[in-house]
Amino acid sequence: MILDGKCPTGPIEKTWDKHRFDMKLVNPANKRKYKILVVGTGLAGGAAAASLGELGYNVEAFCYQDSPRRAHSIAAQGGINAAKNYPNDGDSIYRLFYDTIKGGDFRAREADVWRLAQVSNNIIDQCVAQGVPFARDYAGYLDNRSFGGAQVSRTFYARGQTGQQLLLGAYSALARQIKAGTVKMFSRTEMLDLIVVDGEAKGITVRDLATGEIRSHVGDAVVLCTGGYVNVFYLSTNAMGCSVTAAWKAHRKGAYFANPCYTQIHPTCIPQHGDKQSKLTLMSESLRNDGRCWVPKRQGDKRAPGEIPEEDRDYYLERKYPSFGNLAPRDIASRAAKEQCDDDRGVGPGGRGVYLDFAASIKRLSEDTIRERYGNLFEMYEKITDENAYKVPMRIYPAPHYSMGGLWVDYNCESNVPGLFVLGEANFSVHGANRLGASALMQGLADGYFVIPYTIANYLAKITPGKVKADNPECKKSVDDVTNDMKKLLSINGKKTVSEFHRELGKLMWNNVGMARSEASCKEAIKKIPEIREEFWKNVNVTGGPGEFNQQLENAGRVADFLEFAELMARDALYRDESCGGHFRVEHQMPDGEAKRDDEKFCHAAAWEFKGTNKEPELHIEPLKFENVHLAIRSYK
Amino acid sequence: MSHDNTMNLTLHVWRQKGPKDTGKFEVYEAKDVSPDQSFLEMLDEVNEDLIKAGKDPIAFDHDCREGICGMCSQVINGLPHGGQDRTTVCQLHMRTFKNGDTIFIEPWRARAFPIVKDLVVDRAGLEGIIQAGGYTSAHTGGVADGNAILIPKDDADYAMDAAECIGCGACVAGCPNGSAMLFTSAKVSQLAVLPQGMAEAARRVCEMTEELQKQGFGNCTNHYECQASCPKGIDVKFIAKLNREYMKALFK
Repeated sequence: MILDGKCPTGPIEKTWDKHRFDMKLVNPANKRKYKILVVGTGLAGGAAAASLGELGYNVEAFCYQDSPRRAHSIAAQGGINAAKNYPNDGDSIYRLFYDTIKGGDFRAREADVWRLAQVSNNIIDQCVAQGVPFARDYAGYLDNRSFGGAQVSRTFYARGQTGQQLLLGAYSALARQIKAGTVKMFSRTEMLDLIVVDGEAKGITVRDLATGEIRSHVGDAVVLCTGGYVNVFYLSTNAMGCSVTAAWKAHRKGAYFANPCYTQIHPTCIPQHGDKQSKLTLMSESLRNDGRCWVPKRQGDKRAPGEIPEEDRDYYLERKYPSFGNLAPRDIASRAAKEQCDDDRGVGPGGRGVYLDFAASIKRLSEDTIRERYGNLFEMYEKITDENAYKVPMRIYPAPHYSMGGLWVDYNCESNVPGLFVLGEANFSVHGANRLGASALMQGLADGYFVIPYTIANYLAKITPGKVKADNPECKKSVDDVTNDMKKLLSINGKKTVSEFHRELGKLMWNNVGMARSEASCKEAIKKIPEIREEFWKNVNVTGGPGEFNQQLENAGRVADFLEFAELMARDALYRDESCGGHFRVEHQMPDGEAKRDDEKFCHAAAWEFKGTNKEPELHIEPLKFENVHLAIRSYK
Repeated sequence: MSHDNTMNLTLHVWRQKGPKDTGKFEVYEAKDVSPDQSFLEMLDEVNEDLIKAGKDPIAFDHDCREGICGMCSQVINGLPHGGQDRTTVCQLHMRTFKNGDTIFIEPWRARAFPIVKDLVVDRAGLEGIIQAGGYTSAHTGGVADGNAILIPKDDADYAMDAAECIGCGACVAGCPNGSAMLFTSAKVSQLAVLPQGMAEAARRVCEMTEELQKQGFGNCTNHYECQASCPKGIDVKFIAKLNREYMKALFK
């Protein structure tokens, strides 16, 4: 089937304004009759729940953490992009739009990206009004810095904790609505099923993580803001609780999953230190403003970094990409780091690392300036590695960080299941095959504050509120299904722990569907994943009972879903017989090792329909049209 | 840097089935612990062994493991987050311990934080305090341009120092009175120093302080244990700021 993204037509700069006028509205007095269920309370979910509650809708919000303030948006460090052009350095909405389309390697929808760039400026104003303490200069004006894939300074920041401050802004707006009674908050509550009645999303089934109670909530629309899926690799920069579960449950109930093979491997993370490690830690991309990436020129050079003279160092990003230098986009910087290590020029234990060196900047600007800019990051680095990066260069290596793929949505952020909306990282819409730095925060807040309040009204205005009641047979069926899944997991009593399975899956995915993929590696993954899955359901050991606080049971459910999702991801990576952005198929590269797209065959979004476990999914295609930015080979040289 | 010197440790861990159970310490051995592991990774391994032995693993809250989400919450050897300067439990690394050490691990202990299970507590009281007024009443949309409000760098920095609070509750756990004054004062101070927050400053400080008492937190009697416990180094000067704001509000 050919999917319709329902993008407005006409000149791109008018599309969102025209569409806003064309959409239906819900009268203020009628809004309270509609109930909206918002799942996840990160930037997208927190902003959506607060904004929809304020508009007068009856909102119920859910998060698995003990507070909505803890969603993983909080860990974003570097900043948020906006086309304000405050530094007078040539930025504009058009340039942010262009950079995002190009950065995504021409695999995103133009109209969605334009809207994102257009509302980016409103986001900064909104956050300032909430009291977000963005960095300011001595005159009191907002300060900016640069991020990868851009030649302007458009990134706003709050020290190295921008995500935290933006999330606390959204959280405070949410807290205000909870107090006002427009939003009812359910913390420590995990969505485990989507309830679909007559083809439309009308509720969710959740597990209360504190008591183990399984119950359904019905509403007039469901908004999923449940983040990404790179914990499929086991080791990633995501929080331990991040999972594909909510999105996967929706997928099982009919929502298409688009481009699952697009995963972002972030170039600047702290290298892995051992087998017992539980997660990887990111070092903000902003560090590449002042840090220079290098490796020894000579293979196997074991000298300490300070003993390697300038002429024996290879500043490989500056050499390969002189115009963007150390600020090359993430996919390119990650592959370049891998290339150096594969060439036996990596540093640190196991040779899986490259240097990020601040010596030149410290000399130019002083240690105090560097401390002012990145102090907390240097501190974090020292806690983990026991090394002082003011004195010796940081060692970094790429790590799974973000998923550009996600549930398929149209221009209204509505999935193919009417009434199911998907925002933020959980959808596939704006980043194409590679996300630029400081754009995730922008998308989450754009979707939550400035897109969903308009587009959801267009859906709600067409339906009768409160049509599905809690006694609907679909609710009981869903509760029974989830209850049985829990019982089944607890009854296996096998020999291997949940995390042993997760590690095994993660290793397979990293080796076969990670930074570099091939036809053979994808095929091997597609063969092996069902074997691990089969063993899981025969041999996993989940302790405790269903009606209690049980973290093993929570994890078991999430890993079970990853074991299904991983296969779809590998299938998508096999299907996409080209290289683009973060999806690198070794068969398709330019002579210099850059990703080689195949626009003839793959200039489209691949959206997969679930047909059953152990059955092949069905492919649907949404062709991508580029009418404003010409399809071209991406160059950062 | 990697080390070869692994450690063996004895853990005394607080185990409590639920809010109404009395709870007690259980003793576990942690073997072959690498100094590069984080404290939580060490506990992960202990849990793996417990599961394989058919026992109930230790429940503890954690999520980001980068020291920013505020979910992890353990008192280690009597000190919230283990007492390392500006460090959460998840960022506490085993290289700060030595072979043969005995470690006591407890949950946050405070009247306002009932225990959910083992080391997991219910911190809903902190939510109540923020809901009472920890915000500006800005509507979505229709606000001024970000640069229309000039904020001197010193004020922005002061607000940011306060805003770094991760809401973990270590200040409450460290306080002999179980007070959430540092937590409350950080939000009050952040918004009181910024022009955007000034309009509601008086109402905010009164309502948040009142809520703090309603939620069962104790009063502040200047022990400064909160500052010593805080993994983000939030300064007690913000409590002084809260007191000033409170006095100003009373005379308004």
